[in-house]
Amino acid sequence: MASQPAEKRFSHKKLERNVSLLGFFSLIAVAIGGIVEIAPLFWIDNTIEKVDGMRPYTPLELAGRNIYMREGCYTCHSQMIRPFRDEVERYGHYSLAAESMYDHPFQWGSKRTGPDLARVGGRYSDEWHKAHLIDPRSVVPESIMPPYAFLAERELKAGDMARDLTALYRVGVPYTKIDIAKANDDIRAQADPNAGAGDLVARYPKAQVRDFDGDPTRVTEMDALIAYLQMLGTLVDVEKAAPQEQAHVPAAASGAVR
Amino acid sequence: MDAADGAAERGFAMMDDLVFKAAGWLGLALLALVFAALAVDTPFAVHMVIIAAACMIALWAGVSRADYAGMARGLLRMPQDQGVYDDDPVRWGVIATVFWGVAGLAVGLYIALQLAFPALNLGIEYTSFGRLRPLHTSAVVFAFGGNALIATSFYVVQRTCRARLAFPTAARFVFWGYQLFLVLAATGYVMGVTEAREYAEPEWYVDLWLTIVWVVYFVVFVGTIVKRREPHIYVANWFYLSFIVTIAMLHIVNNLSIPATIFGSKSYSAFAGVQDALTQWWYGHNAVAFFLTVPFLAMMYYFVPKQAERPIYSYRLSILHFWSLIFLYIWAGPHHLHYTALPDWAQTLGMVFSVILWMPSWGGMINGLMTLNGAWDKIRTDPIIRMMVVALAFYGMATFEGPMLSVKAFNSLSHYTEWTIAHVHAGALGWNGMITFAAVYYLVPRLWGRPRLYSLRMVNWHFWLATLGIVFYAASMWVAGIMQGLMWREYGADGYLVYSFAESVAAMHPMYLIRAAGGAMYLAGFLLLVFNVWATLAGKVREEKPMTETPYNAAADRPLASVPAE
Repeated sequence: MASQPAEKRFSHKKLERNVSLLGFFSLIAVAIGGIVEIAPLFWIDNTIEKVDGMRPYTPLELAGRNIYMREGCYTCHSQMIRPFRDEVERYGHYSLAAESMYDHPFQWGSKRTGPDLARVGGRYSDEWHKAHLIDPRSVVPESIMPPYAFLAERELKAGDMARDLTALYRVGVPYTKIDIAKANDDIRAQADPNAGAGDLVARYPKAQVRDFDGDPTRVTEMDALIAYLQMLGTLVDVEKAAPQEQAHVPAAASGAVR
Repeated sequence: MDAADGAAERGFAMMDDLVFKAAGWLGLALLALVFAALAVDTPFAVHMVIIAAACMIALWAGVSRADYAGMARGLLRMPQDQGVYDDDPVRWGVIATVFWGVAGLAVGLYIALQLAFPALNLGIEYTSFGRLRPLHTSAVVFAFGGNALIATSFYVVQRTCRARLAFPTAARFVFWGYQLFLVLAATGYVMGVTEAREYAEPEWYVDLWLTIVWVVYFVVFVGTIVKRREPHIYVANWFYLSFIVTIAMLHIVNNLSIPATIFGSKSYSAFAGVQDALTQWWYGHNAVAFFLTVPFLAMMYYFVPKQAERPIYSYRLSILHFWSLIFLYIWAGPHHLHYTALPDWAQTLGMVFSVILWMPSWGGMINGLMTLNGAWDKIRTDPIIRMMVVALAFYGMATFEGPMLSVKAFNSLSHYTEWTIAHVHAGALGWNGMITFAAVYYLVPRLWGRPRLYSLRMVNWHFWLATLGIVFYAASMWVAGIMQGLMWREYGADGYLVYSFAESVAAMHPMYLIRAAGGAMYLAGFLLLVFNVWATLAGKVREEKPMTETPYNAAADRPLASVPAE
């Protein structure tokens, strides 16, 4: 190789002898793909459009979602229904992008050791969820899910939820000042029917106000988790949202729906 | 007199330096304790106490190892022998690899058994599948794999640059800092501290710590290349460099988040929904690419030629391999999101690039395998070479299966099923595991100055246990995945879905048992490695028949005498 006169304009040898050039070009090589694929998602229509009914989580639902994440539910349950006949029949309407627009982080999952949960809200009673979480095999004999009896025994200690709502506000979730100020009161207001819901439902439409775990004396982690599960997929009226979605896409190009 | 004054001055300066460092560690420890006292949740407090303890250990190590007698006389510490490579961090890294390997595989076996026997969740939050699964994935990928990568990169970069590690103190910081990251991540998972994004589960403060460690790692690695005595940067170092640079990019962007409070463990991702999903899988797929592929290929480019005693097959192919692989891999992320709410064009782009990726992957495999040209007999006689060859074979298989599964038609069946699990374990157990075992077997006698490994026949047993274990594992999960996919979409003549979800769960039971058996064999093989490494370190050498077989038969080694026909 050394016998070649150095006439070529570019030789790979230059890169092999200069760690700065090698590092620079390898960084360029790995940066391109991500920029091309990810950046457009922040401004193209069908990933940032809003659909009617979507609202941020109530503080109780958010606390439940944090328990869902803490226990690693996402390792076995997806929250993303694909547009196939069998999935739509089994789980409900396929998931829309807008339905996870306030999910920091998303919880679409990658594995269904258990069933999809994107539209589990309202499918089972609170009592069923409680029994199932305490001992899954008492209601589904084939289940291999771990038991979560401790959730029912443990008081919900979410800390100061105003901080959590503020953090979410900072990353773009439209909580109002009132939402943030009332964050801690809203938890009790939603889980305790005797406390009086106040304007909770006005600020969070379709929020379900009741005692979820059958123990009205206190707000437990079970309350929060069931409140979260029972609202999953219930906010958006998907039949109404469909024409709204299509309005942005020329009719000929709307081949995504099967 | 002047000389004595100078010595005294030097002694004071060194003592000052020591006191300053000790005060620094003490200050950090106290700061961590203040954070622990102000913590709003228990896991955060526990983590701050762990950090304080780590600072105190660093302080103790600095103070107890200082050469006080030397300082008193103003003697500079004897400079380390510049004629040998700086291998202490490599030795620690090999031991850490072995330690975390046992932990990661054992947890993996345990959670595999939990899926077959849910009673093993014990009803305790700390031992439930959802918390142990991230522990398993992080322990094998980041702890076992990560330590192997740091150790081998420090070993390889010194040899191929003919230079000692730049910044020896920083190199030691990288090793211990990375162990602290692993301890914080692992204890966090068990306590439920997680960002709930696969393979990026550690929370914000653990991410910040890893960022610091990683930048120092970059500085040590590049610094060593800069002071090289060889004109060329060897191909293995390109791969290590790309690994360090790209992981930094992925880690920082994907973990952008805002903590609810700096005194608590909880944070919220900067992105939401679709954007978060694609950022996460851009990270997640390229954790596979730039953590589990690119730097392990660096191991291939060094250890395969060394063990085979042959130069790498093609220099041109390695150039092509490197640039095409790192450029194409980044695009493949969206194939994790087929048929989701991600826009169609992004899915298709991900699919197309995943299929193209097949070519550079196999180019790399061919470059590794063909290095054995002229030395193929070593597959029979050298169990370490055999491990390398099987690692490359599994690499080739997994990088064929990957593009196949990323085709949308296949993916509609395989996504969300155990097929994905089969695929990643063919790659992780077959490729990453086997090439790492081979590297450990190569390194141990050389690092500790032993004539050879304690037992090569034990390596052979390890090889067969691991290979058979992978076969059981992958085959059972292939069957399980296809069965799940078909059961979920099965329609009867009446036009209704045939199976409930629970029936598909029940059908998995025998497959989960076979998978656990495969995992147990793989772990058993690894325990042989642990014993073999321990015995080699203890200076033992097993009396055994050499692996070179095909015995010489003198009686047969002669021409046939002509026999008259009857």
